[in-house]
Amino acid sequence: MSFDWQVIATNWKFLLLQGLLGIGSFGGGTLRLAIPAMVLGSILGVMLGLCRLAQRSWIHYPAVLYVEFFRGVPLVMVIFWFWFLIPQITGQRLPEYTVALAAFVVFEAAYLGEIVRAGVQSVPRGQVDAATAAGLTYSQMMVNVILPQAIRNMIPSLVTQFIVLFMDTSLASIIGMMDLTKAAQIVSQREIRPFEMYLFIAVVYWICTYSMSRLSRWLEMKMSPEQAPPRLGAPAVGAA
Amino acid sequence: MAPAVSLTAFLGMHYDFHWSVLWTGDNGWWLVQGIWTTLRLSALGWTFACGLGILSGALRTLPFRPLRALATCYVEFFRNVPLLVWLFFWYFGAPQALPRAGQGWLNLHGPEFWSAVAALSVYHGARMSEVIRAGIQSIPRTLVEASIATGMSVGQAYRHILIPIALRLIIPPATNEAVNLLKNSSLALTIGVAELTFMTRQIESYTARAFEAFTAATLIYLVLCLGIAAVMDRVERHVRIPGLIARAGRADR
Repeated sequence: MSFDWQVIATNWKFLLLQGLLGIGSFGGGTLRLAIPAMVLGSILGVMLGLCRLAQRSWIHYPAVLYVEFFRGVPLVMVIFWFWFLIPQITGQRLPEYTVALAAFVVFEAAYLGEIVRAGVQSVPRGQVDAATAAGLTYSQMMVNVILPQAIRNMIPSLVTQFIVLFMDTSLASIIGMMDLTKAAQIVSQREIRPFEMYLFIAVVYWICTYSMSRLSRWLEMKMSPEQAPPRLGAPAVGAA
Repeated sequence: MAPAVSLTAFLGMHYDFHWSVLWTGDNGWWLVQGIWTTLRLSALGWTFACGLGILSGALRTLPFRPLRALATCYVEFFRNVPLLVWLFFWYFGAPQALPRAGQGWLNLHGPEFWSAVAALSVYHGARMSEVIRAGIQSIPRTLVEASIATGMSVGQAYRHILIPIALRLIIPPATNEAVNLLKNSSLALTIGVAELTFMTRQIESYTARAFEAFTAATLIYLVLCLGIAAVMDRVERHVRIPGLIARAGRADR
């Protein structure tokens, strides 16, 4: 078997423009799905994480249940739930893109919520006491004191989760959304060159995820020049 | 069923639940077969993933650069590409590259199943590798020095000291990975392995009972995942090494 570069040379534009960026007649697109999913998932994740940390049990336990439930179920299952049940409830089919986005946000928020919780808990207790002593309300304390420090501690695991989310968007091809994986499927069926096609998109996915992890390392360096892990130190001096 | 009924009432729907579709006709048997295939797939994938993970994780901590670089390439490439792409690659692409005899064997022994095993073990092997590496690196250096000082070779130190201790330290993150692998085995439906999710879809398409079929599968997955976590929690408490456990680094993925 010889490696056929020609098939990549003729199809890479379709794969990258339509599959990765979603520019073209099919809609969809891996990045057009991943970026909104990350933003919306983070918002829901912060809310979930804060709910898990809440004192009141009627806020705390639903959040625990939510997180434990979605961490125990495969993502495919969640996508199928949305895909088959939304038509039953609303009576009409939603586009694949919307279903995939909804499923990703709901599913990934459970994981992001856990990261937010761990990040908030990594902020030294003294910061909470100091903020309370300074007379800040709960929301002032969270927004101005705790979350900025927590985000710095969260960056490594947050980016790791974003990378996982980015890779998970390939599952949207199962319900037929046009993303990088679906585009490669179509091309490889037409050209009967699966080896080259799947290896090519593997490299494309890898370039994206690898640059994300480089970016995270750079961010980490930039945000903590003193190198010492903040949770071990005495009061974090000059914290953002 | 009460919450589901009240939910549907709240949404203004009319849906009659027919839970009996889960066991009438062939459906019950399909579910059982699906669970069995999921478990077989996960167990085989997990075994190979652990082997690959231990090997490459140990290589990544060796004081010998070429081997370390080799293991790093494996880990960085395979865990940063979606599992679904690997599944398609191993199922549609890789057999092309095999010799005739290998293709023949594969076609006789169910190419879907073994491609899924290959994809799961190579992908999760790369992820396990990170867990094992963190485990080995969390062992105090003095232990390595002591084992070398008693006259062990590097290989013996890994075999008798480092890897056994690391394996006991990493049980919590490794359990996490095992649960992930079980959940990820559901992706095998895309290449036609008749595992639990595949069978659920089959029941759904034969009976048009999406609610019942997906509820059943969701609950089964939950029970399996929580079951693994509970069993491994007991194992972990049983083999815990006092004083060392807090040092074990957690690989986040």
